[in-house]
Amino acid sequence: MYRSAAPVDSLTEADPSQIEARLALTELLLASGDLQASARQSIDWLALHAGVQQAVVAVSDPVGSNLLLIAEHGISSTAIADFVIDRGDVNHPLVVALSRLESTYFSPSASTRTPLDGIGFHAVPLRVDEDPPAGLMLVSGTSPEIHPDVLWLARQLARQLARLQSAPGTMDKRLGQERMLLYSIINAVTDPILLTDTEGKLRIANSHAEKLFAAPEDASEGWRRAVALNNMLFSAALSTSAVGQTDLSRRELLLVDPLEGSDLLFELLSSRAKDERQGTYVVSILRNITDLARAREEIEESYRTLRVSQAEVRDERHRLDLIIDSVADPILVTDPEGDIVLLNEPAERLFTVPTTAGESPQRHVRGNGANLTSFVSNVLTRTGEQRYSGEIQLVEPVTGRNLPVEAVAGTILNDQGELVWVVTILHDLTQTLEKEALYEQLKQASAELERKVHEATAELAQQNELLRRQHIELEQASALKSQFLANISHEFRTPLNAILGYTHMLLHGVTGPVTDPQQKSLTRIDSNSRHLLALINDILDITRIEAGRMPLNLTQFKVSDLVVEVMSELEPIIRRSNLTVTAKVKRGVPTVKSDRQKVKQIMLNLLSNALKFTPTGSVTIAAAFDRRHQMISVAFVDSGVGIPQESHSKIFEDFRQLDNSPTRSYGGTGLGLSICRRLAQMLGGAIDLVSQVGEGSTFTLKLPARARRR
Amino acid sequence: MIESRRPLVLVVEDYQDAREMYAAYLQFSGYGVAEAANGLEALEKTRELMPDIILMDLALPKMDGWEATRRLKADEQTRNIPIVALTGHALAGHAEGARQAGCDAFVTKPCLPDALVAEIERMLAVRRGDGASRRSTRSSSKSKTS
Repeated sequence: MYRSAAPVDSLTEADPSQIEARLALTELLLASGDLQASARQSIDWLALHAGVQQAVVAVSDPVGSNLLLIAEHGISSTAIADFVIDRGDVNHPLVVALSRLESTYFSPSASTRTPLDGIGFHAVPLRVDEDPPAGLMLVSGTSPEIHPDVLWLARQLARQLARLQSAPGTMDKRLGQERMLLYSIINAVTDPILLTDTEGKLRIANSHAEKLFAAPEDASEGWRRAVALNNMLFSAALSTSAVGQTDLSRRELLLVDPLEGSDLLFELLSSRAKDERQGTYVVSILRNITDLARAREEIEESYRTLRVSQAEVRDERHRLDLIIDSVADPILVTDPEGDIVLLNEPAERLFTVPTTAGESPQRHVRGNGANLTSFVSNVLTRTGEQRYSGEIQLVEPVTGRNLPVEAVAGTILNDQGELVWVVTILHDLTQTLEKEALYEQLKQASAELERKVHEATAELAQQNELLRRQHIELEQASALKSQFLANISHEFRTPLNAILGYTHMLLHGVTGPVTDPQQKSLTRIDSNSRHLLALINDILDITRIEAGRMPLNLTQFKVSDLVVEVMSELEPIIRRSNLTVTAKVKRGVPTVKSDRQKVKQIMLNLLSNALKFTPTGSVTIAAAFDRRHQMISVAFVDSGVGIPQESHSKIFEDFRQLDNSPTRSYGGTGLGLSICRRLAQMLGGAIDLVSQVGEGSTFTLKLPARARRR
Repeated sequence: MIESRRPLVLVVEDYQDAREMYAAYLQFSGYGVAEAANGLEALEKTRELMPDIILMDLALPKMDGWEATRRLKADEQTRNIPIVALTGHALAGHAEGARQAGCDAFVTKPCLPDALVAEIERMLAVRRGDGASRRSTRSSSKSKTS
């Protein structure tokens, strides 16, 4: 199982390059005063020159009985950190191997727990000749055959250990203790701590770091992948931040929890350190800030929300201010003590004044404030009322003008029903009061006017009554006149009846024959009496019409019949004149409903007038019907003397003939046209005249086809 | 041939001039004439003389023409004697009032004697046209008109 180590003379068999390497190491060891460095250099040399893949060096604890690992190659630092062998454990295979002079080979199947678990290795005691061993070196090997360089190195290292342990022995002891302590401390830190070279190659890692960056042999595929990813991320972080800098660098690093698979956010603190023997390395501390980041995000979110709501509140307040300021009426908010909490711009003008203002504005403002306070205290006593209004006498601070205002106050309660604010709106009453005064004046004026109208109305009513009485009196007088005229005409008739009768009898020879001169005189008496009778009859007609005592007797008759009748009645006169008298009744003239007797009277009058005032030429009677107005017209057209325009209306007046002289050449009473016009009006019609001097006249009787009884 | 009696006309008129004028002209025209100056007298004369026709002025003293007419028309004996009303009033109501009182005709004054005689002749002719029993009147009228 073991055999003697090769003698020193085997060196001669070595090739020159090997000799050179051994010399270099020897020099290095001689120059070194550090136990750990020497051990490390030694096994590194073995790895380089003897093809050793894994190796550790353990030394005797200077103070205790433990065997401590001080250098390793090809093994994770944690594997050796907690590896301690008690030399008192004499049955421990390694303790046994230590006590031997030769090296011992452990096959891979050995069940003993060693730093080189699971592989075959040589345990080479580090001793000089028969001296007690200074330490033990474990070197991996696949067979019991041991490389001569290993043995050579063991002797060299043993000497080195002996040399270093004999001289500064106490220091080495202390160093070992510190090293142990450091490992413990590092492992005790909950944050992952790593020591790497500048390329990110791991030198030392504590157990928390190993969880992230190393996977055990039996780890799952996912775990391995996570670890590989973490290593990559970590190297990348180092290369971008730590390389070339000695200062502490700080950055965030997102890694994966190999077991959970969840994201972990770390703060990576890395700093470069220089060590004379180890060269430049990087110490990295990872601080888990996953929860911190989440908390920070939440804080940021709530801060942002806060800012937004603050801005909204500010906007709201701004809007409220704008609204309040835009109201022309002063608005004030006071607390229950009567102190002003808020006021808009119009209110400011009344209740605040710059200190630079004069004495009187200050006084007015104080007075206004006192009035307001007293009003608000009134409001406060009226608990239970939502609104309260009253009048306050204020003064404009600057002008000193009296300002009567109507104050309307509302109370604002909090959730507990306590009064927190009183909101008061002031409304300028100046205009209202002026308007009231004006209204009062107006009312007085109106009342005055009404009184006057009343008086005027009463007076008017009195006048009306007077007029009514006068009217009645006039009517009575008129009726009396008509009655008088009727009586008079009757009284006239009686003697006239006798005159006419006796004249008639004389002319007819009732009382015997009369002479020619007597005959002539009697004829004169007769004609004058007849004229007088005609006058009396006409007057009687007018009187009857005006007294409303001319009855209408409406019947159906034909206008053409009436024309023939009128012409035949005036036949003697027509024959005496040398006039051509013709009648034209147009077709379509309907039967008329009217007072036949009166229509005939009018037509007789108009025709006899036409005959009377036409010396030569013709007289034409033309009857027509206006269907649209349902009016009958009978025109009496003559070629007589004519009537000047200005006299057209006069001829219809009573007792009018154009020749008004006593010796007028035409007979007649002068009442004919006047009566005709009155009769036509009674029947709802009229008489029109078209005439010019020398061009004849046309009198047209117009009557409704259906007269109405009035 | 029996000479027929001249028709007797009773002229009732308060105004003497007019009454005598009508009487003179009626006699001149061939009528027998009796005169009365008021309504009462008219009733007496009518019952006494039984005239063929009565010429009755309406405005009369003591008893007016309307009343006299009503009484004559109410009397069985005198009912059939025609009465011609004579009035100076042409105002509405007079003619109607006369007709209601029972007058058979109406003449407005002034009325010339020949016009009055013409109206009397017309009335008497109407009566004859009735085929009434007063043959004497008819024959006398006939003789007069012829």
